[in-house]
Amino acid sequence: MNDSSSSADIDIAHIAELAHFKLTPDELENLKKDLDSTIQYVQKLFELDVSNVEPTKFGQPVSNVLREDVVEPSLDHDTVIANAPDASDREFRMPKIVE
Amino acid sequence: MNISALTIAAAQDALRRGEISSVELTQGVFDAIREKDSAIQAYLTVDAEGALREAAKADERRHKGEDSDLLGIPIAIKDLINVTGQPCTCASKILQGYKAPYDATVIAKLRASGAVPAGRVNMDEFAMGASTEHSAYQITRNPNALDRVPGGSSGGSAAAVAGGMALGSLGTDTGGSIRQPASFCGCVGLKPSYGRVSRFGVTAFASSLDQVGPITKTVEDAAILLKAIAGADPHDQTCLDRPVPDYRAPLRDASLRGVRIGVPKEYFIEGTDPEVMALVRQAIDKAEKAGAEIHEISLPHTEYAIAVYYICATAEASANLARFDGVRYGYREVGADPSIQSLYDLSRSNGFGQEVKRRILLGTYVLSSGYYDAYYNRALKVRTLVRQDFQKAFNEVDAIFCPVSPTAAFPINSTVNSPLKAYLCDVFTVPANLAGICGISIPCGKTAADHLPVGLQILAPAFAEQSLLCTAAACERELA
Repeated sequence: MNDSSSSADIDIAHIAELAHFKLTPDELENLKKDLDSTIQYVQKLFELDVSNVEPTKFGQPVSNVLREDVVEPSLDHDTVIANAPDASDREFRMPKIVE
Repeated sequence: MNISALTIAAAQDALRRGEISSVELTQGVFDAIREKDSAIQAYLTVDAEGALREAAKADERRHKGEDSDLLGIPIAIKDLINVTGQPCTCASKILQGYKAPYDATVIAKLRASGAVPAGRVNMDEFAMGASTEHSAYQITRNPNALDRVPGGSSGGSAAAVAGGMALGSLGTDTGGSIRQPASFCGCVGLKPSYGRVSRFGVTAFASSLDQVGPITKTVEDAAILLKAIAGADPHDQTCLDRPVPDYRAPLRDASLRGVRIGVPKEYFIEGTDPEVMALVRQAIDKAEKAGAEIHEISLPHTEYAIAVYYICATAEASANLARFDGVRYGYREVGADPSIQSLYDLSRSNGFGQEVKRRILLGTYVLSSGYYDAYYNRALKVRTLVRQDFQKAFNEVDAIFCPVSPTAAFPINSTVNSPLKAYLCDVFTVPANLAGICGISIPCGKTAADHLPVGLQILAPAFAEQSLLCTAAACERELA
């Protein structure tokens, strides 16, 4: 992989698959156009030499925030399952996975 | 009870004097909503019965001798903050019908201080947008000019306050989503430092950037709300354990005398509306006359901030929004030939709106195999450079003054065809999120022809909310 990549090589169908989207050809084409122009714009990041720069991964530099290991009440089962689009007998219902 | 011009502080004075009750005040909010919101469309849902019950409880607490700045004050809540038993749609079809099973920490803290969650206000879907046009439910209008957007993503929060339908509200700011709508609507909008306020129970957009903050009529009201919602939370380890001062107390004596104000040259550039620039310059001049020292400073990596932001924020969003899969909550579609694959694909494709899909795809792309290092990792490194710009600047100055947005509120439907152009408008707000610092927007005048409000943005170092609010309060007096 080179430092910079050309936006022409974006495989939009593959990206949509990774994101679990099933899109119409029209939608794919429009979204590819938007993605192309944004990726083209962010190429400006390649103007900078960042070889000696540490990445910022968090909003503030903190690590290892610990708490006492005590059991606390958790959410009520029925309240949670009430939001399920399909449920039976206090379980989430799904289409058949194994034939 | 006419609540249009009422501030939180003034309402609390009236409550303390016994001139009104919280029930009357809360009813006043619902009367205003009924009267005005059909034109403005700031609220998505209102639970009047529940809120009036809470208000009655607050009145009872007062009778028993309790007192606090927020006791009995109704507050509008952005529709991505969970309030037990209320809808929390994030203005998305994918969460239609969802009812929050628990309170976000900011809501629990509001309740503890006696505030009343009064209704759910509109936003761009999942906080992705700067106009509130990307809501699956309705377009909110700017109370200052109904043909204009209120800004976004916390457009409902700002429009409710500006439209006289809320005393104050909570919004969230990932790249400007509190400060920009506050600017567009003529309100005060405060983005706290990253780690100042808990994100627990707040639907995540970009976890390393999101912060909850107040939108109010005055700096004093923003200080009151910040004090109530700030502070450590065992449920959010990114929320730091730092003392929460009484942000309100020192505001009265706040002065600009001797305050070192940095004016970054990269924020006064071509492409910004000359009127916006002139109003912000005028505010800086007034601050100088009031005794502030003005220094020209440089934040040299500003021009890279948008590129960094749209990589980091969308990468985090693509991971955060993976949870919306049609299984445990929200919208589900299985298709003619039900399978787990079609359930995921159809629920997400038809549950999310266009802008959310656009950003999830961008985030998925920059994290995908072969591109992670080129884009995501590089963006994280440039984020460090943006952060260091501010660190260097704050060695020399106490606060930074600049515009919030390159324009005043724009007409509805004017950016829909150019997502990139819309992203570029966030240029003055995203750097603060990338650096984790705090910032506020306060009104600094109106445009001549259209009388549209313009905001002055004031930025201060991380966890310097106290001095930020003092500077803002002193400025607010000079600009009045």
